[in-house]
Amino acid sequence: MKKNHPLLRLFAAFFKIGLFTFGGGYAMIPLIHREAVETHQWISDEEMLDVLAISEATPGPVSINSATFIGYRVAGFWGAASATLGVALPSFLIIAVLSLFIMQYQRFTWLTWVFDGIRAGVVVLILNAVIKLGKQVPRTNFVAIVILIDFLAASFFNVSVILLLVLSGAAGVVRQLVIARRNPEAAGGDGK
Amino acid sequence: MINLYLFLTFFKIGLFTFGGGYAMIPMIQQDILSHGWLTQQQLIDFIAISESTPGPFAVNIATFVGMSQSGVAGAVCATLGVVLPSFLIILIVAKWFGRIQENIYVKAVFYGLRPAVVALVASAALSIFTAITLGGLSPHALLYFWTLPHISWRAILIGVIVFAVSRWRKKLHPIWLICISGALGFVFHAALPMIP
Repeated sequence: MKKNHPLLRLFAAFFKIGLFTFGGGYAMIPLIHREAVETHQWISDEEMLDVLAISEATPGPVSINSATFIGYRVAGFWGAASATLGVALPSFLIIAVLSLFIMQYQRFTWLTWVFDGIRAGVVVLILNAVIKLGKQVPRTNFVAIVILIDFLAASFFNVSVILLLVLSGAAGVVRQLVIARRNPEAAGGDGK
Repeated sequence: MINLYLFLTFFKIGLFTFGGGYAMIPMIQQDILSHGWLTQQQLIDFIAISESTPGPFAVNIATFVGMSQSGVAGAVCATLGVVLPSFLIILIVAKWFGRIQENIYVKAVFYGLRPAVVALVASAALSIFTAITLGGLSPHALLYFWTLPHISWRAILIGVIVFAVSRWRKKLHPIWLICISGALGFVFHAALPMIP
């Protein structure tokens, strides 16, 4: 394989993205932009926004989604495969090695103290994620009711998470159908 | 057999993770903790480790659980499982539906899905909060709050301090918040052992 073969370049660029983004998720977007739009010009600025929108509308991590999408645009199925493998490989290798001794910290008392504090910090990280996600949802009665029911059902009644996701998505469709029936002209508008 | 099981479990988790890494936590709590593949405490520790190592949370946690249950083969199966749903769906989208996000029914589904993700991640945060402050208890314990056992005021104090820092310096990378909370854990244990 030649050194500047597109599959190899896709793999190398996404390996770099996977290696240098700590924390994953949206932290990866600036680096993906730099590699895919600026350095290699695989996609345009507008397409980058499309990639993010599609990532939001489909399951799975943003980094995997954008690697697959950009890889496919550049070199079809094998492009998608190389880019996805590239972005996943660094964390796979690092965690595979780390996992051999990751939970051995309990041997050192002072490290258990440190992890005791870290656990409290993790709650804050997740709480901040909730605040961030919460800012992205519209302020409507429908949204408030879905949040309340799902929160109570998941916290106190042990209802299956997947069931709640499916029911909530279905509720969104039912709401849309009701709006369309009441007001056929404005179907597709963002009513309350 | 365990490898197939790892693959299928993580495939299911990958298929239903909308809205980024932490959206997986509720499902991991339901599917991975109940199998005994991970304890609640290991999950919390691993979230911190995952924030401090490169790459997406999904790949990190799949590799870690797979590795701990069945070595390299398990890690490969679990990671493949968690990545495959998004890989296949994006291939289909890239090939046939250029602008899936503009479809009115896709929008309608997401109008219900987004608040659900907020609620489920909030519920995961609550269960992790009660696990560390109430000695491993689930949120059900809050329903019988008059019988609550030893409350860890140390964890609550550290949480409040770190939350204040994160609101004050909103651009601070999560790694720094983890470092600060780790340092506070050490200081509270070493200097203020009287706080439970």
